[in-house]
Amino acid sequence: MTHPAIAAHGLRKSYGDKVVLDGIDLVVPEGTIFSLLGPNGAGKTTVVNILSTLVSADPASGTIRVGGHDLDAEPQAVRAGIGVTGQFSAVDGLITGEENMLLMADLHHLPKKEGRRVAAELLERFDLVEAAKKPAAAYSGGMKRRLDIAMTLVGSPRIIFLDEPTTGLDPRSRHTMWQIIRELVTGGVTVFLTTQYLEEADQLADRIAVLHDGRIAAEGSAEELKRLVPGGHVRLRFADPDAYRAAAAALHDVALDDEALALQIPSDGSQRELRAVLDRLDAAGIEADELTVHTPDLDDVFFALTSSTSTGSGTGDTADVPSRPSNPSQSDQPKENVR
Amino acid sequence: MSTLSLAVRDSATMLRRNLLHARRYPSLTLNLLLTPVMLLLLFVYIFGDVMSAGIGDGGADRSEYIAYLVPGILLMTIGSTVIGAAVSVATDMNEGIIARFRTMAIHRGSVFIGHVVGSVLQVLASLVLVGAVGVAIGFRSTDATALEWLAAFGLLALFALALTWIAVGMGMASPNAEAAGNMAMPLILLPLISSAFIPADTMPGWFQPIAEYQPFTPAIETLRGLLLGTEIGHNGWLAVAWCLGLAALGYYWSTSQFNRDTK
Repeated sequence: MTHPAIAAHGLRKSYGDKVVLDGIDLVVPEGTIFSLLGPNGAGKTTVVNILSTLVSADPASGTIRVGGHDLDAEPQAVRAGIGVTGQFSAVDGLITGEENMLLMADLHHLPKKEGRRVAAELLERFDLVEAAKKPAAAYSGGMKRRLDIAMTLVGSPRIIFLDEPTTGLDPRSRHTMWQIIRELVTGGVTVFLTTQYLEEADQLADRIAVLHDGRIAAEGSAEELKRLVPGGHVRLRFADPDAYRAAAAALHDVALDDEALALQIPSDGSQRELRAVLDRLDAAGIEADELTVHTPDLDDVFFALTSSTSTGSGTGDTADVPSRPSNPSQSDQPKENVR
Repeated sequence: MSTLSLAVRDSATMLRRNLLHARRYPSLTLNLLLTPVMLLLLFVYIFGDVMSAGIGDGGADRSEYIAYLVPGILLMTIGSTVIGAAVSVATDMNEGIIARFRTMAIHRGSVFIGHVVGSVLQVLASLVLVGAVGVAIGFRSTDATALEWLAAFGLLALFALALTWIAVGMGMASPNAEAAGNMAMPLILLPLISSAFIPADTMPGWFQPIAEYQPFTPAIETLRGLLLGTEIGHNGWLAVAWCLGLAALGYYWSTSQFNRDTK
């Protein structure tokens, strides 16, 4: 590993008095999917805009390198190595899908023949051959998004920014898009993905950063983030009150719900812990009528981290994240609280 | 690749894109062409008798008024067709595709150069059409030399370039296509208060300086001089100065807006 694909230190941006990004650090290793997760208005698009040279960061920001090039000093070199698919489709609706692809090939200065080949390949790969001769404005949302990504891939970028690539897509198109994104990284491409869908980050990302109020509230793998929130448990429900009482006696650390005849045993949902519970029940000769495993999902994490920071409890947890980038000011409460 | 060849190559690509738009959706350009043609026919065939009585020392006939009117209508054609550039730039800026261009390692100005060259070519095509209508209804130049024809052509191209840059700036400054169309209205209104339809010195005294020194009048008078042999005088350099000034202004206005951060 030579250098990370993206490395930003103390990234800041404000519009007038409004602080959008209040010093965030990002390191994305090559060939990984990094997901920036946050509610609407958290500043995700601003991060993408800055890293893709559309918007300049505040001068107070530290160094930002994308693809090994300094963003300020060599914007054209950065642009040469990236591909961006924005939140709003970046296709030319007046011309056909194929013409859009050839336009990209021309702008990447591919020789005519190679341009045609690349365009045809990508149209094929993204299932757009039939629609290739139709104006892009007539495409459905999912098709537009596929064309959008196909256009981004024409120049074989090493780093791809996807700003909410599945927002507004139906479930099938969303899954198609996920498949596309997974295939991208198998070729060694780095993907920087923003999303407001927790499931999407969970499904795709190697690392997730939760952006809240202009700061990274937490960063880690999906698993690491889920560990931040308590609440994983196994729930056993019984029809027979006797079995219920027997089970409560056989197991340790259980929470009782007498009315529902249900037991809750804290658990991380791992096979070993589950087997331990089942073994105890077997040993006591008890059979539960229903067993469900509850793991905290990213929703829990998300709500815990982004719920009103004024309570303090949510942000307090984040200090435990093992891999959180070191930031001398991380214990500061976000300034936005003062508003 | 050197900066220059990059600029030429990317601009040519962008020009192809704009011409593709124009070819596929000619209705915008054709609509804009309608105004000058309608005005030409209206003023010649409906108002023609009254209007021709107003020029010269009275007693001019309709063919003299046609000769008087056509140069003005040609410049008006430029003013009305460049509105297309304002509208298409504004439309473009609202499309994500511009954001995509900005994140690509292409020549920064190529988006504009494509628009400007495309627009100038469309204006020239429009001028040929309107000019043909003028000739059809009886416009003839009086003993213009080849050099004068060349100068006339150069003046029209330069004026088209200048107004296109202004229109591009207007398109950049507008939030959407409708606003761009409205903002560019003066480009169609200014010829109405120029010497296109009636001589500036027949207008009210307080208004004459406005009519005389606005960009259209010097250009119209210069074109008349070149094609009809009337007195050009100071209008020649005034027209060229206006063109260069407007082109430079439009260029800096457009590029500074483009280089500004997106919101």
